Amino acid sequence: MTDFRKLLIAVTGLACSFSVGCGGGSSSKTNVITQSGSNVAPIVVNAGPANSYANGAFASVTVCVPGTSTCQTIDGVLVDTGSSGLRIVSSALTTVALPQQKASDGNPVAECLQFLGSYTWGPVQTADVQIGGEKASAMPIQVLSDTDFTAPSACSNGFPSADTVASLGANGILGIGNAAQDCGDSSGCGLYYECASTSSCTTTGEAVAQQVVNPVALFPTDNNGVIVELPAVSGSEAAVNGSLVFGIGTQSNNGLGGATVYTIDPTFSFNVEYNSTTYGGSFIDSGSNGYFFLDSSIVPALLDCSSNSGATGFYCPTSTQNLSATNKGINGASGTVNFSIANAETLFNNLNDTAFSQLGGPSIISGSGPAYFDWGLPFFYGHNVYVSIEGTTAPGGTTPYWAY
Amino acid sequence: MAKQDGSSIRLKMLVMAAAVVATVAPAWGSLGGGAASVQADQIHLQGTRTMKAAGSYTVHEIQAANGTVVREYVSAAGKVFAIAWHGPWIPDMRQLLGNYFDQYARANQAQRGARMRRAPILINQPGLVVQIGGHPRAFAGTAYVPEMLPSGVGAENIQ
Repeated sequence: MTDFRKLLIAVTGLACSFSVGCGGGSSSKTNVITQSGSNVAPIVVNAGPANSYANGAFASVTVCVPGTSTCQTIDGVLVDTGSSGLRIVSSALTTVALPQQKASDGNPVAECLQFLGSYTWGPVQTADVQIGGEKASAMPIQVLSDTDFTAPSACSNGFPSADTVASLGANGILGIGNAAQDCGDSSGCGLYYECASTSSCTTTGEAVAQQVVNPVALFPTDNNGVIVELPAVSGSEAAVNGSLVFGIGTQSNNGLGGATVYTIDPTFSFNVEYNSTTYGGSFIDSGSNGYFFLDSSIVPALLDCSSNSGATGFYCPTSTQNLSATNKGINGASGTVNFSIANAETLFNNLNDTAFSQLGGPSIISGSGPAYFDWGLPFFYGHNVYVSIEGTTAPGGTTPYWAY
Repeated sequence: MAKQDGSSIRLKMLVMAAAVVATVAPAWGSLGGGAASVQADQIHLQGTRTMKAAGSYTVHEIQAANGTVVREYVSAAGKVFAIAWHGPWIPDMRQLLGNYFDQYARANQAQRGARMRRAPILINQPGLVVQIGGHPRAFAGTAYVPEMLPSGVGAENIQ
């Protein structure tokens, strides 16, 4: 981003503090980025701490030993609306030693969470967590480490570990999705383990209050969701600055404005219609680094990148494709999204770029499997996206929902 | 046209038999395995099972205790040629993929491109196709062996 554009955003922010309706969402490409407030934290799209990311948005998080001023600020934490809970790579925790959560029998508790293509493993520890001006006290977080306890083979499930900065591409994951906890019921969902020794961990139930939790849900105020605000990106850019705003309709700077509310089902999904076919199981996710949808048997102009191109798993059309699909909330709300898919191999050839507004890839192979739309980070460029948390009250509809 | 598979007595006997087998050999299912491997998967998943005939093959649907639904596609020759599943979490892939698990795990390790990618898993190799999509609390996936698809059955039939 040029200095001129930074100035423009700064001026917009200044104007915002004196006008009404600021921070409101707009589905047009002229969204306003909220610049200040106790409920605002800056985020940045860049290559991340491992210098490896395409379309990753990162925040700074301060973790403290509970009830003390022994704290450490960790930047490069991936902003992920597709998961819930704070996870920090152990090697990034250099100056604070957090207390270990223990099961009722005194054994330490660890967790395994599987993402698409990788898993995180490590002890559940407790921290006071500060993001922007908001603070969650005595919050269970996951510390990612392959060495504190040996990961059971069921945890890997055939995936490589993502417990280092290099393998995660980030210093941690800030899961601020629609779920209040990662599991949400006392069964532990098979995610939680207690460890009788460093090499012997077995699955266990876990009380909901002990589970790794969406930090926003534990804030004393502004705790019903977030707004992820990133400016429009024309083509590709080296870096993009935006804001993470806490609360929906709780302050003068986080009202719904003109945003449309799309309510979602208990699996945090809605429907997307493309070419007269409805695809269920679709979602909006800042932690996905492209638009992932359908495949080239359904959209013939899209071609898969070659498997040895470094862009494998993305689309490589011969010319940029302009497409549109319609989001449909469970509440009947409907809105058309126009988007473009460019050749990922060409996009990645510019090594300086990290924000790609036209990056996409297939969600299925050859017409099989459950086809769906995953509106990843490119969708957020130019949309202020509201993510409400289940079980809370927020304006505009029944939670959980997305709005933009 | 779904029907319950067997009486509860038969199921109990089956569980006991499987428990005996499990003490001598791991009861790994399933992809590429015989119909018995479906029963092993059902026991592993602590699920209930229904069967449904679909032309040249049978779909065994296992409803697991944790909310995951697994469908296993068994050919007329009694071999599991495909698996589809959906649920809040990714099921035990070693159990479901059986002898194909190592190929799957190797492919996952090799999926790293030049840029960090957080996206659906798409493995399309000779002898094995696996795809997994979704996010925590809502995952879905399919796996099949292209060479084992009965004639007239396409990938689009595996849902």
